[in-house]
Amino acid sequence: MLAACLLAWAIPTANAELRIEINQGVHKPVPIAIVPFGWQGRNGQAPFDVSSLIAADLGNSGRFAPMSSNDMLQKPVSGRQIDFGDWRILGVEVIVVGQLIPMGEANYSIQFQVFDVFRGEQLLGYRMSSTEASLRLNAHQAADMIYEKLTGIRGVFTTRLAYVTVTRVAGKELYRLIVADSDGENPRIMVESSEPIMSPSWSPDGRKMAYVSFESGRSEIWVQTLRSQARQRVSARAGVNGAPAWSPDGRKLALTLSKSDGNLDIYALDLETQVLKRLTDLSSIDTEPAWSPDGRDIYFTSDRAGGPQIYRVPSAGGRQQRVTYEGNYNARPRISPDGKQLAVVHNDRGSYKIAIVDRERSYLQVLTKGPLDESPSFAPNGETLIYATRVGRRGVLAMTSTDGRIHRRISSVEGDVREPAWSPYPVN
Amino acid sequence: MKILRLFMIVVLVGFVAACKGPGSTAVDDGMYDGSVAAGESGEATASGVDSGSLGTGGEFSEDMGMGEHSDQPDSRIVYFEFDKSEVAPGYAAMLETHARHLVDNPSWSLRLEGHADEKGSREYNIGLGERRAQAVRRIMMLQGVRADQLATVSYGEERPAADGSDEESWSLNRRVELVSGM
Repeated sequence: MLAACLLAWAIPTANAELRIEINQGVHKPVPIAIVPFGWQGRNGQAPFDVSSLIAADLGNSGRFAPMSSNDMLQKPVSGRQIDFGDWRILGVEVIVVGQLIPMGEANYSIQFQVFDVFRGEQLLGYRMSSTEASLRLNAHQAADMIYEKLTGIRGVFTTRLAYVTVTRVAGKELYRLIVADSDGENPRIMVESSEPIMSPSWSPDGRKMAYVSFESGRSEIWVQTLRSQARQRVSARAGVNGAPAWSPDGRKLALTLSKSDGNLDIYALDLETQVLKRLTDLSSIDTEPAWSPDGRDIYFTSDRAGGPQIYRVPSAGGRQQRVTYEGNYNARPRISPDGKQLAVVHNDRGSYKIAIVDRERSYLQVLTKGPLDESPSFAPNGETLIYATRVGRRGVLAMTSTDGRIHRRISSVEGDVREPAWSPYPVN
Repeated sequence: MKILRLFMIVVLVGFVAACKGPGSTAVDDGMYDGSVAAGESGEATASGVDSGSLGTGGEFSEDMGMGEHSDQPDSRIVYFEFDKSEVAPGYAAMLETHARHLVDNPSWSLRLEGHADEKGSREYNIGLGERRAQAVRRIMMLQGVRADQLATVSYGEERPAADGSDEESWSLNRRVELVSGM
């Protein structure tokens, strides 16, 4: 078995790449021209195509329609070179121009300007230093800045996605936990196993991940540091060890344990002191905890009233309250960054769909088509949910804006892709 | 689909048996073959870590080489209704047989692997699988099996027996498998 495992390990893994496709954008995406950036190096090509990445990011958001560079009549690289009249005729509303400038050995400066074409006015001008290794990240950062300037919403192009893939290698399942950039590039394997891997959860600083692994033959919760890949087993109690969820202050994990009596309940584990606090104690299935952004409450799934519904308990312990009432199946809550909405898996006449529950009005809005959608995860700006769905028999990821206007599918090369978890904003 | 599942079990058991060397054909040993349960062979590989610190190989328990022979794959599987964990009365005789074997052979043990269909959320399905495994465990304990002879593990929807997204596949996936050894 060890030999089989090492064999699997030796197989190249760079093919777990995802690609975002817009199924449905906003009714009228903003026509934008991201003109190919000038390269000020003495020779050859630019080491990285910054402007193409910015165009791809903005296009992927579903809110912008980037013009193909083939359709551009001129390719200005600074504001002074723009003939706004020409761009107005082409129907472009916003133009981005810029340059990549070498600054000595493997160092660069990215400078760009954003203009309102109708007014001929500069909306944003920025210059950032970069290195060979960080050009891609810095290009995402530029896209974030442009996105925020134009929409008023903080961009998430510099964030990352974690997800689980399942492929068949020599007739046996191979489970992998992967972390990739928000556009699916740079996939890196965190951990792989011939036994199931489940429920990835980011630490609030984005540096660690908790997940469930069955590598020992039963469920255990592990915490792994992304950079060093060092990992530590944090819960291997009798019975189920599941559904880890990091508290907003990073000190605790909420988790589900069945202990020896087989009854699933929610606990909060202090990662430093290892003190375990029990938060629920009914004979129902209580699982899938999620912290409110202020850390005061934990939302969870419970079937204490028959079918699964969402409940809430203070994270310090206390009275449990039912939150959802609409329909006979609402499970796996995730709370929006502003704390006002819950994303849930909702059974809509036999079809499992992602729905949003407004906390104040307890109004439920179905966002996706089903029939087997699950695992919604909020982008840190609250604008988008990534979730798992099916295309034919294959598990794939998809995104929907929380207002339901923008739908994106994420195609993948092979195998099943599931359990997406959107990272928090990067910490500098 | 049942044939495929049986085939998979045979292949897996055969692989483990092959590791133990010739002459040990686990399939012949029937239900209580004493070979390692599927789950015990798992390992995880964290990338970036020196390969010397990776998971260890699966352990093999002693081959007991005895027990009831069975050609019926279903005689070790209990199936359930959607979102339910009640064991249907039709399984009473089968579970009684297993319980009797364990009572008569105090060194034997059973691993009860609970599963759910793919509908709904994954961790809730882990809960359903655990509850089903516990339901089977309770019945066997009422018949005198000691708690330490029974281990439960829930795989939720992670290890389907049937691959389809239809009622038939779902009904085959809502199950508890009785696997010899812990």
